[in-house]
Amino acid sequence: MLVEAGHFALALALGLSLIQFLVPLWGARANDPVLMAVAPTSALAVFACIAFSFLALTFAYLNSDFSVLNVVQNSHSAKPLIYKISGVWGNHEGSMLLWVLILALFGAVVALSRNSVPMRLQANTLAVQAAVTIAFLLFILTTSNPFTRVVPAAVEGQDLNPLLQDPGLAIHPPLLYIGYVGFSISFAFACAALIDGRIDAVWARIVRPWTLGAWAFLTLGIAMGSYWAYYELGWGGWWFWDPVENASLMPWLAGTALMHSTVVMEKRDALKVWTILLAILTFSLSLLGTFLVRSGVLTSVHSFAVDPERGTFILGILILFIGGSLALFAWRAPMLKQGGLFAPVSREGALVVNNLFLATACATVFIGTLYPLALEVLTGEKISVGAPFFNFTFLPLIVPLLLLLPLGQTLAWKRGNFLGTAQRLYAVFGISLLATIVMFAFTYGGPVAAPLGVGLGLYLVLGSINEIVTRSWSKGTPLAVAWRKARGLPRSAWGTSIAHAGVGLTVIGIAATAWGVEAIGSLKPGERLKGGDYEVRLERVIPRVEANYREEAALLTVFGSGREVGTVETMKRLYLTRGMPTTEAGILTVGLGQVYASIGDAQPDGSVGVRLYHKPLVLLIWIGSLVMAIGGGISLTDRRLRIGAPVPAKTMPPHAVPAE
Amino acid sequence: MTRKQRRLTLIGVAGCVLAVALGLVLYAMNDTIVFFNSPADIQAKSVQPGTRIRLGGLVKEGSVHRGADQQITFEVMDAEAVIKVNYKGLLPDLFREGQGIVAEGILESPSAFRADSVLAKHDENYMPREVADALKKQGHWQGEANAAPKTQ
Repeated sequence: MLVEAGHFALALALGLSLIQFLVPLWGARANDPVLMAVAPTSALAVFACIAFSFLALTFAYLNSDFSVLNVVQNSHSAKPLIYKISGVWGNHEGSMLLWVLILALFGAVVALSRNSVPMRLQANTLAVQAAVTIAFLLFILTTSNPFTRVVPAAVEGQDLNPLLQDPGLAIHPPLLYIGYVGFSISFAFACAALIDGRIDAVWARIVRPWTLGAWAFLTLGIAMGSYWAYYELGWGGWWFWDPVENASLMPWLAGTALMHSTVVMEKRDALKVWTILLAILTFSLSLLGTFLVRSGVLTSVHSFAVDPERGTFILGILILFIGGSLALFAWRAPMLKQGGLFAPVSREGALVVNNLFLATACATVFIGTLYPLALEVLTGEKISVGAPFFNFTFLPLIVPLLLLLPLGQTLAWKRGNFLGTAQRLYAVFGISLLATIVMFAFTYGGPVAAPLGVGLGLYLVLGSINEIVTRSWSKGTPLAVAWRKARGLPRSAWGTSIAHAGVGLTVIGIAATAWGVEAIGSLKPGERLKGGDYEVRLERVIPRVEANYREEAALLTVFGSGREVGTVETMKRLYLTRGMPTTEAGILTVGLGQVYASIGDAQPDGSVGVRLYHKPLVLLIWIGSLVMAIGGGISLTDRRLRIGAPVPAKTMPPHAVPAE
Repeated sequence: MTRKQRRLTLIGVAGCVLAVALGLVLYAMNDTIVFFNSPADIQAKSVQPGTRIRLGGLVKEGSVHRGADQQITFEVMDAEAVIKVNYKGLLPDLFREGQGIVAEGILESPSAFRADSVLAKHDENYMPREVADALKKQGHWQGEANAAPKTQ
C-alpha cells in the first residue's frame, strides 16, 4: 500500500511541478504578485511529495519487501542495514529518485529564502527549476519506475552489486548528486536572469553561495569516489581518466570557473554575460554526466542497466535543456547591460585567466571523453582515449594556472602591481625552489616529475599561508595584534586561502605517487615480498564465512626497514547470491603514505598471488580535497554570503540575522 | 588602456591559450590514442608489431597457464583467430576461461601480445561492449537470450 502511495506521490509531484512551472512564469510576465507567490508554496509541496515517495521506497528496502521489483533486484534480507539503505540509490531507478529528491530539496530551500531573493527572480528561478523537475519526474515515471510490483512476490532478493556494498560508496552518490544538482540552482538563476533580461551584483551575491556549496559537495563526492576506486578495485590507482570519472570532473572544472567568475561579478559588476554562460554550461555538463553514466553509452560499474529507451529519453532531456538554455542565452544575452571594465593586471584580471585556463582544460577533457563516442557513431572505429592523452593535454593547461594561482590570489582588485605582488611572494618562491632542489638531490635518478610536482604543491600551500600572514602581519607588529587582525579577516579570505592550500596538498599527493613502488609475486606462507622500503610476509590464508559472502583472507605482516610495523589483511570474497567475486585490499597507513596489498588467485602449489604497493604521501590527495571542500564551507559562512543576510541593514527585519 | 585595447588583450590571450590547447589535443590524438582490435581485426588489418592496442575477445578454454611469480599466459580468440597473451600481474576478479576480456598492451608479433593491463567485466551480466560488438559482427553472439530486459 505504502509503495503505491509512494508511486502516487511521485505522480502528484509531477502535477505540482507543472503548476510550479507555469503559474509563476505567467505571474512574472503579468507582474502579478499573487501568481508569483505560487512558486515557493508549490516548490515546498513538490519537495514534500518527492520526500514521501523516497521514504516509501526506503521503507520497502528496510522491510525487504520482495514484492517490489526494484527491491528484489537490489536487496537481500541478509544484507547489513546500512547497505539496505544505500541500496535505495545503488540502482538506476532509486538513484534517479534521489536525483529529483535533491533537486526538489534545493527548490524548497530557494522557496524558503524569500527575504533575500527578489520576488520576480525567485518566481522565475523556481519555474526553471520546476521545468528540470518535470523532465526528470517524467523520465522516472515512464521509463524507470522504482515502484513496479512483481507478482508473485519473490522469496529472496538478488542482492546489491557487491562492489557497491561499501561505506564509501554508500555516501558517494548523495555527495556527488548534491554537487551536480546544486549547479541546477545556478542554472535556474541564470535562466531566470535571462528571462527577466536583468542582471546585477545582487544576482551574483545570491548565486554565489549555491555555487560554492555545490562545488564543495562535488569536490567531496569526486574525492570519495576516487578513494573508493583506490581501495575497492584493488588496482591501487586513484584516478583512471575513465569517462565516468571525467563526467564528474567536467562539471567540477566548469563549476570552479563559475565560482571564481561570480566573485568578479559581485565585486566589480563585470563578466556578467560570461558568468551566465558558465552557469548554463556547468549544469549542462552535469546533465551530460548524468547522460553518460545513466544511459549505458559507457560500460562501467555505474551503468546499472543498459536500456536504449532510457538513453534516448535522457538524451532528449539533454538536448531540450542545453539547447533551450543556450538559445535563450543567444536571444537575451545581448540585451543585458555590459559590465564594467578592468585592467589586465588586477585580481579580476587574474580571475579571468583562471577562467580561461579552467574552461580550456575542461574543453580538452570534453574532447577526450566524447571523441571516442563520436568516432564510433560516425565510423564504427573503436578507440580508447586513456591517461596518456589527458596527461598530455590537461597537465600543460593546469600547471601554468597553478603557478599563477598564488600571484593572482595576492594581486589587488582594480589595479594591481605585478612586481610589488611578486615581491611579496619572493620568500615563498625561494623556499619552494630550494625544497625542490633538495628533493632532487636526495632522489637523484628517480622520477623527475615528483620533486617538481611536490615543489609546486609546496609553493601553493606556502603561498596561501603567506596571503594570510601578509594581510595580518608586517615587520614590527606584535603577534597578539597580528593574531587579532588575522581573526578579523573576512571568512571568505580564510576560505580562499584554505581551499588553495588544499589544492597544494592534493598536488603534492599526486606528484608523490611517482615515488611509489609496486611488486608482484607468488607467496607461500612464511615467504616474503619486497617492494621498495617495505616488505610483507604471508602468515596464513584464513577461510571465513559471513552472512552474505565467503572469503579467503591473507594475513600479511608488514616490515619497514627490517622492523615489524603492522599487519594487513587482504581478502578475496565471493558474494553468494550473485556468485560474484571481489578483492578487498589490505591497507596499512604509515604517516601520510600507505602500504597497500591485494591478493590474487590461489595457485595449485599452495601459493597465492600478492601485489604490493608502497605509496608515499598518497593520503594527501584526499586530505587536500577535503581541505578544499572545508575552505569552500568556511567561505560559505562569510557574513555577506549567508542565505538571508544580504539585505541592506535599514530594511532588514530584526530577526533575520542572528547577532554574532 | 582604452576599452578596445583591453578587449584585444583579452582576446589575444584567450586565443593563445586556445591555440596551445588545440595543438596539444591534435598532437595527442595522433600519438596517444589506442585502437580496439579483435584477433580477427589484427589479421585483417595486418596491424604492425610494436603497436599499442586494446585486444578484446574470449579467453580460450584451457589456455590459461600460470608461471612463476604471477607470470601468466593465456589465449584470446574470436571466431577467426587466436592470439597468445603474456601478462605479469594479478588477473581481475571476474577473469574466467571462456569469457570476454579486454587487454591493453603491445602487439609483439602477429600472434603474440604483451599486456600491461587486463580488464574483465564489472558484474556478472556484462560482457565488455567492444567484445560483444565484435562477436556480433561475426555472427557468434549468443548473449541476447541471457541479457533479457530487466524491468517492465
